[in-house]
Amino acid sequence: MNSNEIYNLLKSFFPDAVIDYKDDKPVEPYIIVSAKEIDKICLFLRDEENLQFDYLSCLSSVDYDNDNLAAVYNLYSFVHNHKLNIKVIVPKSDPVIKTVSSVWNTANWHEREAYDLMGIIFDEHPDFRRILLPDDWEGYPLRKDYKVQEFYNGMKVPY
Amino acid sequence: MFDYLTSLLGDLNIIAYFIVPVPALLFVSIFTLFAVLAERKISAYMQDRYGPNRTGKGILQTVADMAKLIQKEFISPSHADRWLFELAPFIVFASVFMGYAVIPFATVYVGTDLNLGLFYFFAITSLSVIGILIAGWASHNKYTLIGAMRSAAQIVSYEIPAVLSALTVVMFAGTLSMQSIVVAQSGGIHNWYVFGGPGDVSRILMIPFMAASCLIFFIATLAETNRTPFDIPEGESEIVAGFNLEYSGMKFAFFFFAEYSQMFAVAAVLSTLFLGGWQSPFGNLIPVLNTPLFQIFWFLLKGLLIVYVQMWLRWTLPRLRVDQLMTMCWKYLIPITLIIVLIVGFYLVIR
Amino acid sequence: MAELKTETITLNMGPQHPSTHGVLRLELVLDGEIVLEVKPVIGYLHRCFEKHAEAMTYPQVVPYVDRMDYLASMNNELGYAVAVERLCGIKIPEKVEYIRVIMAELNRIASHLVALGTYGLDAGAFTPFLYCFIDREKILEIFEITCGARLLYNYIWVGGLSHDITPNFKEKVLEFVKVFRPRIKELNDLLSFNKIFIERTANVGVLPPEVAINAGTSGPTLRGSGVNFDLRKNDPYSIYDRFDFKVIVGNGEMGTVGDSWDRYMVRVWEMEESCKIIEQAIELMPAEGNVQEAVPKRIKPPVGEIYARTETPRGELGFYIISDGTNYPVRVKARGPAFCNLSALPLMSKGCMIADLVVILGSIDIVLGEIDR
Repeated sequence: MNSNEIYNLLKSFFPDAVIDYKDDKPVEPYIIVSAKEIDKICLFLRDEENLQFDYLSCLSSVDYDNDNLAAVYNLYSFVHNHKLNIKVIVPKSDPVIKTVSSVWNTANWHEREAYDLMGIIFDEHPDFRRILLPDDWEGYPLRKDYKVQEFYNGMKVPY
Repeated sequence: MFDYLTSLLGDLNIIAYFIVPVPALLFVSIFTLFAVLAERKISAYMQDRYGPNRTGKGILQTVADMAKLIQKEFISPSHADRWLFELAPFIVFASVFMGYAVIPFATVYVGTDLNLGLFYFFAITSLSVIGILIAGWASHNKYTLIGAMRSAAQIVSYEIPAVLSALTVVMFAGTLSMQSIVVAQSGGIHNWYVFGGPGDVSRILMIPFMAASCLIFFIATLAETNRTPFDIPEGESEIVAGFNLEYSGMKFAFFFFAEYSQMFAVAAVLSTLFLGGWQSPFGNLIPVLNTPLFQIFWFLLKGLLIVYVQMWLRWTLPRLRVDQLMTMCWKYLIPITLIIVLIVGFYLVIR
Repeated sequence: MAELKTETITLNMGPQHPSTHGVLRLELVLDGEIVLEVKPVIGYLHRCFEKHAEAMTYPQVVPYVDRMDYLASMNNELGYAVAVERLCGIKIPEKVEYIRVIMAELNRIASHLVALGTYGLDAGAFTPFLYCFIDREKILEIFEITCGARLLYNYIWVGGLSHDITPNFKEKVLEFVKVFRPRIKELNDLLSFNKIFIERTANVGVLPPEVAINAGTSGPTLRGSGVNFDLRKNDPYSIYDRFDFKVIVGNGEMGTVGDSWDRYMVRVWEMEESCKIIEQAIELMPAEGNVQEAVPKRIKPPVGEIYARTETPRGELGFYIISDGTNYPVRVKARGPAFCNLSALPLMSKGCMIADLVVILGSIDIVLGEIDR
């Protein structure tokens, strides 16, 4: 199934959660989904007969330089050998997305990394803390407007 | 040697007590010196590389190591139990060295020819377990504690197959005295206990059992000295050197001293029991080879050959996990040795 | 009789440890020898690769990509180059494609040799490590002749290569393959089929296939569990569809499907398959061609984004690149295979012992550079 058909199928099941479908080449097509319903949609994508997206390849966090953050999910299905990209766009002032780690175990660490570096908060995550940076680091480095902190535990940070 | 010295010194017998251990101590020191170097060179050639070859073409490497270790700082962990921490290496080394008292190097030199020689040897070398436990506990470190526990379990378990396989030889020889066991194997290579000992042709039946007994003794004593494949207590890759983790400098050197001395001690006991000790393999055919000088030569040759096999195994085989080690001892080695003892007993009764 | 009160120890296999293949910290909760819980703590090697990449132009990112998985640099560069070339629509000359494949497969063999050697070291066998490194030395010599570096190459650029191959390249590579095949057999005799090694690794760390797919594992870790999935066959990139090779899948020969021995053996036989690919590539490679002709003067991809994945020795390396039309990328996200494989460690090691934990960790084959980026 290609992305257009999947979009239509999803739209029929979740009319208000599925927001948009972008397909301008050479962009790889992606489906924009709402932040609060993402886990139900992902469960549907994993378990539905024709779709069966059982593999989460990658979960990236993006900072569009216009007060919006996004999380991008790249999915793949072993059974049917098709791919899908899903995006969730949230405002910087309230970056809350429902976690999908109950659907795919991969998401556990990927979401921790997205939180650590970009500051996206994932609701109901089983083990929600920073992963790469020290636990008491301030700020989210990958954001475009990130300012390095002056001192960390008494050590001067910018050199 | 002791009797000779007492007859010489007359009333000053007490000095003899101090002179007799000296050759053994000298031998142990020189042996360790060269054994460390030999291990590094042998392992290097097996791994397709050169070993140490810079310090005096490699021979003086251990001297350099010793010099380095002597001048190292004595670091002891702040929470360690001071006295026990200092004491542990000495207990381990002393118990191993005391075992050398009964090993016959030649007809003229045996520390003391106890008529319980073999029994004394096993009893005394078991004391090293105490030293290891003290080392592990006194270092006040979780890793060392785990290492010491494993080591204690391992050494205590493997005592049993070792003693049982030595028992087969004792049944043949009828005595526990090491010197007498060697004397009983005189007359050439066909009289050694690994081939069934002196006696008539029917002893050919015993060859597989005695050979198996020799092999089991070898494996069990390998486990006692904590060598690979049984070196879980010093498992380098997992718990980083185990019970001797917190030791540095001379005390660390003592643990190694003790390990190499024990290697030779068990090799010597194996060659005494099964391979004829200081007996020449040619027996009475070439009488000059039976003089004391050559006896020491044969003894050293056999002992060093077994040490070489121990080193060879270390660099070839991976190590066993703790529960597999224990399974092998209790479920395989002990039943097999019990059966062998039974069979040897039957044979001796029938003969 | 009253219940004996026991306590659990919390042990820290700290960042400095001979067996944790890099600066990885494992927090263990132990009950005697049995491990109740494992929590990996990473981040000790974080070098802010993704933030740096946003300040560099596309060709300048290549040395950074090298240093992610430093044991298989050619494969990382190939993944990045494939991603950017797909985004820009650059067509690569034939000769370049063949050389890229040969380099990637040679690096796959080198990386697997390190994995197998250190795995033997973890299990206590000291000698296979040195035997593996003798062969690896020959591969590194070939790399040094071609591009001047032994470990971090900066060789596969977007659109081509940095240097052409030397005239004696073909003979050297064929000679290496000829000498290497019997060495695999020697390694098998020494380590793989050794009874003690089998007892240490078989039935240890079993990963069922559904759990493996759900946890996002890939590469030999996934194939060891019986899942037949190799990106070079299922989602071909570059010219891999022209070569004839098998995908090695674990089959539970010595224990259960998905145990550490299976994962280890997949790597051993993969080295053999890489030899096959190299021989075929050397034969089909065109002799003429300029390796620099398709390298663009300035890389300005059109506005868009792409997720491209390639198969490195550790699994699926994915690059998610967003471009906004300038010559600086907006976002470069690297999905390291070892990151996902390591997150499956707590699922594999329920109820094992400390010695088993070291063996399981060695069979996953992690490189911290790729986990922490």
